Amino acid sequence: MLGVARGRAHLVNVVDRPLPKGKTEVNLSAFAFLFSELVQYFQTKVNNVNELERKLEEAGYGVGLRVLELLCHREKANRRETRLLGILTFIHSTVWKALFGKQADSLEKATTEEDEYMISEKELLVNRFISVPKDMGQFNCGAYVAGIVKGVLDSAGFPARVTAHFVPIEGQLRPRTTILIKFSPEVMLREQRMG
Amino acid sequence: MKAALRPGDAAFANVEKVNAELFTLTYGAVVRQLLTDHEDVDDVNKQLDSMGYNIGIRLIDEFLAKSNSAKCADFRETADVIAKVGFKMFLGVSPTVANWSPDGKECSLLMDDNPLVDFVELPDTCQGLSYCSILCGVLRGALEMISMRTEVRIVKDMLKGDDVYEIRMRLIETVPEELPYKDDE
Repeated sequence: MLGVARGRAHLVNVVDRPLPKGKTEVNLSAFAFLFSELVQYFQTKVNNVNELERKLEEAGYGVGLRVLELLCHREKANRRETRLLGILTFIHSTVWKALFGKQADSLEKATTEEDEYMISEKELLVNRFISVPKDMGQFNCGAYVAGIVKGVLDSAGFPARVTAHFVPIEGQLRPRTTILIKFSPEVMLREQRMG
Repeated sequence: MKAALRPGDAAFANVEKVNAELFTLTYGAVVRQLLTDHEDVDDVNKQLDSMGYNIGIRLIDEFLAKSNSAKCADFRETADVIAKVGFKMFLGVSPTVANWSPDGKECSLLMDDNPLVDFVELPDTCQGLSYCSILCGVLRGALEMISMRTEVRIVKDMLKGDDVYEIRMRLIETVPEELPYKDDE
């Protein structure tokens, strides 16, 4: 593809174009404005907070599918993780870095359940400019990011239920957001078999 | 010696940024959602435009607060500032202003680089989709807040095989500024 004149790039099929390096940036506000429009649009379509979260999750899901494909090509030489811890670390570091410019603050295993993991972020980018009205209770726009994570996991062959929650922390005004991942039983079985 | 930054570059350098791919993919999610919810592609174009309008009327505040732009004397200057500072500050790209009408009320913004469309290819079923029409809404909304009623539309679209993105802006009228209250109230 080298040597293709820039002005002609659009005539080439999208998969034949050189893969962008993913280093370009736009104003954070541009993203925030767009995201807020997405949330507001969904608000006109739903009856309650749960539905709103589900809608955001679905929107994120489509992004997750694309992110996995893109990052596997670009960062991992067309390989993808096949082990549970591998894919979790991939999300916590590679995916997070690509999307949010940094690794996630933490990746932990739940103490009570074998199949639950948590990725936490003190100040999740999508929640930066969002304040949730009191009457919307525990609503968390992080559902969008939960959707992205679910999209990545599903298409990598690790079906899971992924949800976003606010967790208050001492000494900080704003609660942190925890993305809770609960893997499907077949994933856990497969992990056991692989030893 | 370091050359002084152009105003647009300075504005872009001073804002907090986010990876363009997150932005691009999120915009893709918005468009996909609208296509699922609306049967007619024209409705999607309209919806995108109105989302843009909502963004524009808010975005202008941030622009005025952070861009250090002085008041523009006429529409020509306004178009120039939009291209060199506005687009640069929010999207990191600078279109060129061209194709002025003789009366100075209509012009085009031309760009070949557009962060909204990375990874995008329009399928045959969506040829009527004006993928970037959100930009029209943003421009219209932002200009309306500074007393300019405009009509903005996309006339060339690289997703449809054109060699450039061309956004056509026409100034309909300049609305005189009104104070939000009257003396006798």
